[in-house]
Amino acid sequence: MPTRLRLVLWSILSLLLGFALLGRAAGESGPAPGAFPAKLSGWGLIHREGAMLKARAGSVTYDLATPLFSDYALKWRVLFLPKGAKVAYDPDRTFDLPVGTVIAKTFYYPLAPAAQSGGDTVLKARPADYQTGTSGLRLGRVRLMETRLLVRRDAGWVALPYVWDEDQRDATLERVGDTIALTLVDGAERTPFTYVVPGTNDCAACHAPDYTKGAINRIEPIGLKARHLNRSFPGAFGEENQLARLAKLGYLTGLPEARTIPANVDWRDSAVPLDARARSYLDINCSHCHSPVGAARTTGLWFDQGHEHGADWTSPTRIGICKQIVAGGHGGGGRPFDVAPGEPDRSILLYRVGSSEPGTMMPEIGRSLVHAEGLALLTNWITRMDGRCRLASETP
Amino acid sequence: MKAATPARRALTAGAAACVIALATPAMAAPPAPDADGFVADRAFEKHLAEQLLDAKPGDVISVPAGKWKLSRGLSLTASGVTIRGAGRDKTVLSFAGMVAGPVGLQVTGDRFTLADLTVQDTKGDGVKINGTKGVTIRGVRVLWTSPDNTTHGAYGLYPVGCTDVLIEDSEVSGSSDAGIYVGQSDNIIVRRNHAMQNVAGIEIENSTHADVYENVATGNTGGILVFNMPNLPKPGGFTRIHGNVSQANNTPNFGAKGTAVSIVPAGTGMIVLANDDVEIFDNVIKDNNTVGIAIASDYSTNYKIEAGSPGAHDPFPERVLIANNTISGIGAAPDNALFPAAQLILGAGQSMNLVWDGFARSEGGDNGICVATGPDKLVRLDAAHPGQLSLIASRDCSAFPRQKAVVIP
Repeated sequence: MPTRLRLVLWSILSLLLGFALLGRAAGESGPAPGAFPAKLSGWGLIHREGAMLKARAGSVTYDLATPLFSDYALKWRVLFLPKGAKVAYDPDRTFDLPVGTVIAKTFYYPLAPAAQSGGDTVLKARPADYQTGTSGLRLGRVRLMETRLLVRRDAGWVALPYVWDEDQRDATLERVGDTIALTLVDGAERTPFTYVVPGTNDCAACHAPDYTKGAINRIEPIGLKARHLNRSFPGAFGEENQLARLAKLGYLTGLPEARTIPANVDWRDSAVPLDARARSYLDINCSHCHSPVGAARTTGLWFDQGHEHGADWTSPTRIGICKQIVAGGHGGGGRPFDVAPGEPDRSILLYRVGSSEPGTMMPEIGRSLVHAEGLALLTNWITRMDGRCRLASETP
Repeated sequence: MKAATPARRALTAGAAACVIALATPAMAAPPAPDADGFVADRAFEKHLAEQLLDAKPGDVISVPAGKWKLSRGLSLTASGVTIRGAGRDKTVLSFAGMVAGPVGLQVTGDRFTLADLTVQDTKGDGVKINGTKGVTIRGVRVLWTSPDNTTHGAYGLYPVGCTDVLIEDSEVSGSSDAGIYVGQSDNIIVRRNHAMQNVAGIEIENSTHADVYENVATGNTGGILVFNMPNLPKPGGFTRIHGNVSQANNTPNFGAKGTAVSIVPAGTGMIVLANDDVEIFDNVIKDNNTVGIAIASDYSTNYKIEAGSPGAHDPFPERVLIANNTISGIGAAPDNALFPAAQLILGAGQSMNLVWDGFARSEGGDNGICVATGPDKLVRLDAAHPGQLSLIASRDCSAFPRQKAVVIP
């Protein structure tokens, strides 16, 4: 056989084989063993470069107005969009990101002074420990924990947890998650805790937003919504609103006038009203389940700040005000109301946010520690709220 | 190499042991069981979690016999999957040491079957199935073993927001809320189960079209409850409770303060709370120290009723049929704290077999409650005049609109 013909035949064969493999990958409903790189580096998205963790060129680093609390871990978020991707603006829902999009969220802690690289003694982050990560993550005094990938395929989103190896050079896919013993150091205080890496199925506990339309397990990103991204952040074009940046980069289309875009606030920003801070905090920490269509729709307690499934802030009961416990076993802590204005000690919300006991704590997963600062914010919010709740037995 | 946490070191040691086992004819020694005979085998746990993760419609996941101690809750999202043990006495999953959960097994896949295994000592609920169509639970046991029952999880078997639910030949004991709890679901059969030592043995709450029959509820605070709670998205109704035994449910209420079941008096056979279209027939209700069947409105709870607003909760139990039950040995030692009317009723020389709190939708109305001809009279408390009561005689209830038996497709 002439060499030329043989080459052509080989090319056709490998093309066919390639298509077959692609077809198999796209037709699957969930990740199967071997379908994804065993190592994070296998994706070619994030790599070590000296003392830096770098994201592939063309990616966009971003942050949220208020993030989910995850045991005081810091998070580096990078969005990898396919070339030429166009994403339509939506005021309410998660942006419909195209097939081929990958979102990487890397969890890390500052290392305690004496700790070795990869050590298990980590610091409760101070503001100075936070990195925007726009040109990569500096690794000098950092313990990398995990990088969670959300990958958009034809069949929908897939969640993949990669746990960083002890030498911190690469991360390994752990589809059923992992548990890692850490000690959190805050001044003189040392708190041992279990850092829990969620498995792929656990990811659905927060990322499956709608239990009412049949496709319960259809997952999607949470943070990639207008109200979470609508804030200023460094990157391309300098310090810039993140939505405006995505529009300038040509990715985001149909962005309306800035003043009409919903915005959550920074929960720590004492310059904005307490109510807005508390709502933004409850939105990102609770509403993935506590919405009229979410996993906790059956509780009738809803904190979603969006429009479509938004919490009805005009109906006090729906945000827990004077709402008596229906289910929940010992989660109530003997307190009578979800939210009792002016009476933090009678508010179940604070009992559950203030607990780290599985079965009592809220959120149900994603943390082993209490977020003292978040609890303080909600306590302050409830303490200064107008009105009073009384049980039937307390009514004169 | 990963971080050298103790767990990781154990895993590494385990892996090394496996390699040795391959090189020699002898099998590697499995991890040593604890004092209760449970084995914390990381490889087993990881394999099981992976099987659930990779499950496809039609898969049957067999969990081998053994007493397994798991460190985190399991979850299944795929539809059409069966998880089956080697028998509930043989395959036992303990979550006593769980660091994440809080539910033992969480399911969001349609057409799910769980059979022939035991789930015990979860921090939260035992088995929770949320928002699916097609649930079969057969031959399963859920229990809590700690002597301090207030530390037990809330629900044993817990489908919520589901359609077509079958729970049969299963056993739940020790839950601090309801052993078998079906919430906000539709088209339900709960049959031939055994509920013991829970606050509520079996509870059907805010659900529609439930058939509850041939169960045994004993040693609970209350045997079988049909509840309709306010402030929930789905109201309930259309429930048949028949051919059950509710016996000696006299355990002091250990439910968490403020929960719906914390108001259930110790010694309760059955309660219908604010639920409509309920049929209770052919049951044996005996040796419950407070009340046989209680029919109550929200006004007898500590729930504040917001009447009048559109879509508001209906606080009244209406159209309740009570027929051909065998009720005996009731009221011997009533729970006066949670059932303050007991002294009034007993003082008046009346039976505690059937009691209605008397709150009627219309003045003087009977809410369509019908006690069929037989030995029992219904004691009606006088809502407007505390301290007074009246009797409603049994009568011909043949005109009562009967429901069809539930069929699970």
